Amino acid sequence: MHVTQGTFSYLPELSDEEIKAQIQYAIDNGWAIAIEFTDDPHPRNTYWEMWGLPMFEISDAAGALHEVNRCREAFPNNYVRVSAYDARLHRQTTALAFLVNRPAEEPGFRVERQEKADRQIRYTLHPYAADKPHGERYAKN
Amino acid sequence: MAGEKPSSGTGFAMTPPGGSPGGARPVSGDEAPNGRGSGQEGEQEQESNEPEALGDGDLVDLEVERAASDVDEVLDRLDKELVGLAPIKTRIREIASLLLIDRLRRRYELGSSRPSLHMCFTGSPGTGKTTVALRMAELLHKLGYLRRNTLVSVTRDDLVGQYIGHTAPKTREVLKRSMGGVLFIDEAYYLYRVENERDYGQETIEMLLQVMENDREDLVVILAGYKDRMDTFFQSNPGMSSRIAHHLDFPDYTAEELMEIGRMMLLEQDYVLSPEAEQALYDYLKRRMAQPRFSNARSVRNALERARLRQADRLVSSGTKQLGKGDLMRIEAEDIRRSRVFDDDSPAEIPESEDDQKVADGDEKAEHEPAGELAGEKATEARSTDEQVGGQGDGKAPEEAADSPEGQARSA
Repeated sequence: MHVTQGTFSYLPELSDEEIKAQIQYAIDNGWAIAIEFTDDPHPRNTYWEMWGLPMFEISDAAGALHEVNRCREAFPNNYVRVSAYDARLHRQTTALAFLVNRPAEEPGFRVERQEKADRQIRYTLHPYAADKPHGERYAKN
Repeated sequence: MAGEKPSSGTGFAMTPPGGSPGGARPVSGDEAPNGRGSGQEGEQEQESNEPEALGDGDLVDLEVERAASDVDEVLDRLDKELVGLAPIKTRIREIASLLLIDRLRRRYELGSSRPSLHMCFTGSPGTGKTTVALRMAELLHKLGYLRRNTLVSVTRDDLVGQYIGHTAPKTREVLKRSMGGVLFIDEAYYLYRVENERDYGQETIEMLLQVMENDREDLVVILAGYKDRMDTFFQSNPGMSSRIAHHLDFPDYTAEELMEIGRMMLLEQDYVLSPEAEQALYDYLKRRMAQPRFSNARSVRNALERARLRQADRLVSSGTKQLGKGDLMRIEAEDIRRSRVFDDDSPAEIPESEDDQKVADGDEKAEHEPAGELAGEKATEARSTDEQVGGQGDGKAPEEAADSPEGQARSA
């Protein structure tokens, strides 16, 4: 199952050139680039791990792309995303975030039904990958 | 930048799935306002005729091509604002020509491998290494070799860490910041400490070497330092030396060139030299050049700073009530001749008691010096009594003099 998260999620995978262009766009807007990775694909998992510090001072995308590639190399079977943070007053939020790497095989999610009082049903999503402990979820890291 | 969003209102140009160069839209959207295509991509977007491949029989107009890049403007400014430095200017001109010709060759679809433009600037203190490096960033950007007109200037402190595992992230951080522009490493020889085999500087050098080789299109590295020390540095790191295509040696300035520089510096600050003062400055330079620790343009700057102090002092203590604009602007001969360089019995050798290390710290010193001098002149009187009390007499004098500003002579 192809996980779709963030901007451009319904487009084919971005090429390096395209990633670079998007990063450059973010830099030109004055957004700080950060690279994050995780092996928990749950859509509500907001706490991804950071790959180094956010890049506040770069002026060219080449450096950031370099880091993206280092992160992909280190975690080829994790989700890796690039996020751009807009620090302007009144916005102060993530302005752009897109996936740049995903595991080769994505087992997907199952729906879990929990029965409550009065035959009510509560639904929740559970990623199959999360059945295994952290670090062993997607083949070899 | 916010105003230059690409046409798709959201700000995120939705790249076509095909992943054609159209994906670069946000970039070119930014470049267009600069008026100059800084990369081939930008050019393709802007001037549709630019990338047209030319047939074997076609001719191009060199003049038009030249005019299209603002190279001449940059080179002219280089000529005008930098005095002397003939060999450097020649080399820069050659590089500019090569890049221009390469652009033309590309249009004929002739092979034009990207030249390696890492450089090493060597020369005495104050010969303009940093100034030229700054210009290099602009020049290479205008020529389309670099994507950005940025120069990141660093020294050993910015690159080398304090403990194991600290160096690599630090260096990588700097490299990341300088990508797309010029990385200028001042006093580069400090990266390698001969006396300490396990110095972390070695790690930085290795990372630099790797980047200089692999990321040639993203980064131009310029090393700078004093000639003799850089030679030692390269002896210990032959790999570094061979990866640098251009070794430029900055010659010392002649007295005439220094005068010219001095005039330009004064002009910038709205001062003028009276004719006698010109002569005085010339004499000053002649004497100063013969002394140790002369640092070319930097010494001129310091000398002029001191002349300004004396001029102010002269005006204030002269007792004249009415001053005109001319009085405030003019530096007289006495402002310069009061320098201790003109004292014939001045112990010119004193600065030599300091070790070489100090020379390297010149920059810092140069900044502090003028202020120090002021204090120093006042302090001289006080000190003379102290010395008698201390009974150190002559033995102590040289040291004291070196501390004192007018110790001067060491504009380092």
